[in-house]
Amino acid sequence: MRILTGNDLKTGAVTWWTGSDWSLHVEDAVDVTGSEDEIARREESARRVNAPYAIDATMDEGSPRPSHIKDRVRAIGPTVRPDLTLKPADPDIGNWVI
Amino acid sequence: MADFVSDTDTLIRYREDEPVDHAAVTVDSFLDQSNASAVRVEPGDDARELIPHLERLALVEVNFPAFGDGRGYSSARLLREAGYEGELRAVGDVLVDQVAYMRRCGFDAFEPDAALNEDDLETALSRWPEVYQPAADSRTPIWAKRHA
Amino acid sequence: MYKYDSYDQQMVDARVEEFRDQARRRLEGKLTEDQFKPLRLMNGLYLQLHAYMLRVAIPYGTLDSRQMHALADIADKYDRGYGHFTTRQNIQYNWIKLEDAADILADLAKVEMHAIQTSGNCIRNISSDHFAGAAADEVVDPRPYAELLRQWSSFHPEFSYLPRKFKIAVIASDTDRAAMRLHDIGIQIVEQDGELGAAFYVGGGMGRTPMIAPCINPFVPLDQLVTYAEACLRVYNRHGRRDNKYKARIKILVHEMGAEEYTRQVEAEFAHLLEQGVEPPFAELERIRTFFEDPLFEADLTDDIDRSDPDFALWVDRNTVAHKADGYVSAVISLKPVGGIPGDATTEQMHLMADLARDYSFDELRVMHTQNIVLPHVRKADLHALWTALEAAGLGSPNLDTVEDIIACPGLDYCSLANARSIPVAQQISERFAANGKTEALGQLKLKISGCINACGHHHAGHIGILGVDKKGVENYQLLLGGSEAEDVSLAKITGPGFDEAGIVDAVETAADVYLRERQDGERFLDTYRRIGMTPFKEALYG
Repeated sequence: MRILTGNDLKTGAVTWWTGSDWSLHVEDAVDVTGSEDEIARREESARRVNAPYAIDATMDEGSPRPSHIKDRVRAIGPTVRPDLTLKPADPDIGNWVI
Repeated sequence: MADFVSDTDTLIRYREDEPVDHAAVTVDSFLDQSNASAVRVEPGDDARELIPHLERLALVEVNFPAFGDGRGYSSARLLREAGYEGELRAVGDVLVDQVAYMRRCGFDAFEPDAALNEDDLETALSRWPEVYQPAADSRTPIWAKRHA
Repeated sequence: MYKYDSYDQQMVDARVEEFRDQARRRLEGKLTEDQFKPLRLMNGLYLQLHAYMLRVAIPYGTLDSRQMHALADIADKYDRGYGHFTTRQNIQYNWIKLEDAADILADLAKVEMHAIQTSGNCIRNISSDHFAGAAADEVVDPRPYAELLRQWSSFHPEFSYLPRKFKIAVIASDTDRAAMRLHDIGIQIVEQDGELGAAFYVGGGMGRTPMIAPCINPFVPLDQLVTYAEACLRVYNRHGRRDNKYKARIKILVHEMGAEEYTRQVEAEFAHLLEQGVEPPFAELERIRTFFEDPLFEADLTDDIDRSDPDFALWVDRNTVAHKADGYVSAVISLKPVGGIPGDATTEQMHLMADLARDYSFDELRVMHTQNIVLPHVRKADLHALWTALEAAGLGSPNLDTVEDIIACPGLDYCSLANARSIPVAQQISERFAANGKTEALGQLKLKISGCINACGHHHAGHIGILGVDKKGVENYQLLLGGSEAEDVSLAKITGPGFDEAGIVDAVETAADVYLRERQDGERFLDTYRRIGMTPFKEALYG
């Protein structure tokens, strides 16, 4: 599957396209295969996202998992500061990222 | 004050004289012929080749095909250092956030691909109360004021 | 240290307002991201892996307690309670909002700081010797020259859209503590027949094509320093490659054109520019110099240190450096706790370091390119009190220049350019050597880790270097040996095939063991490597 990600223009936070809006959580990302360019163009020109790009992902236990490690680090946060990630209480999150 | 000239959409001049009424030729064409008085300098051109011919030049256009290519700033400044007093016009991908530095390098006219917002232009040109270094304009650098 | 006058303050204040206006136009959609990007970069604002990142300039690495407190306050108010000190003697914050950025710049301006030209294709913050003004071996304090160049390069109208970024370092001793010859321009202030002048080294750098800068002029008179720099930059701006971003640094120009031809063109431009009046009067240099006069060092201080506490004695031996004044040392605060993140400091640690600088070091701190902090002028009599305070805050690691004192770039944990994580590798290596007790025996061993080929972690210049690469989506690490950023500058060589994350930690220990086995009296790791060559290391690693 292809999912669409970018950053919030004002805050810089990593966001994911949910089909109707942008979410901080990669679990909310939807498959955009075939329409990624059109959505990216439209959303960027409306300034609802900054620097969007589409990436490959696979479904993993019901939610999308980006195929490349860089996007998995983006999705969660720095592996060396679990306290600053989106899942500070999840002891297994490191395995999901790496 | 800028003179917003009407015959093209975006030309802005900071000069009193009339603009040259014919198109600029390439540096190579200019060096090959003797009658042109307007020339266009591309980023890869050596502006110093024009120095022997400055007296017959009334307009030098310096083209910025992409705003990030800063060679034109050096071209402009070294033409002014050589004594060129005709019009020096920045053309192409010229953005409002660049015009203050361009003025410092000796440009006195702009013909951007996309029109500049007049308010933003005035703000940009009045931004810097002082300058740290001398350039091709007449501004006095801070170090000179400190030791006046 | 240097203090702004009303001119400097006006310029920094104007820059804050300029950026506030630019950010507003971006948020309103009047600027595209492509148009805004170079503007935000020239104010130190990146879009990184998780958020915007702001890099704040610490000119030549010098700051006072008020400024360090302000940096701590910014970490607290706008970020997540910490900052990261970098290999360019700057600090960066990882979780910045675009809508806050102008306010942060305004807070910085209140304490005579800024983020001007800390990124972008322009002349960057100028770095220097972190022991400047304290080192016994300098011919003069190099920082006034760095400050002169800082002002010259700030908002330079001709050199703000260079082919690529441009880094300058200024030193003034034969011992190079600033990686001078790995800069676009390295300047060494030298003395010749009683006169001071500047030796110019141009075209060094790390990145994907590391080069050691050749000397293009051994003695530029000090009253022509700015003019000569202007000539160097003009030749580069006009002729540096713009067709390929990876070949756009000045090192490629000097290499392809040849140092002789580049020098010839610089000299011609220099002769021309001497007629243009671009050089500040010597009185300006004299004015700047008055800010860098020695503090009032006390006379007749004791050189005795009570070494009865062995932990303290070890810290004194490892983390203090000889000073030009009797009774004083420069003390290094390690930001490399075992298992920690190299270069990170919390809000509380920054406040503490500021207070300690005020109490024990004439209100002055330095940032080292090795991502540690220096208190440059500490009375030996105060060392125990200083160490006690540092220990209590987790800042007392006795590991300067040891294998635990690792330079690491932020890597894939933070950086959008990275191919592999750097920090976890650094953490595991420091933990490994702290646990096996070999740190002391290994002595000086400079280990530097980059998470991609851009080499922010200076891996080319490590006695041991590590380069993280992407091998089909998996992190992989190449091992390099034999680099040095110091006066014995050299570029490290790759040992062979890379390793996985666990393998690279083992490989570093294997290389260290080869040294321990092969070394002769007094040799550092680097000396042994240079004597015996790569082969014994390869055999141990891959045999």
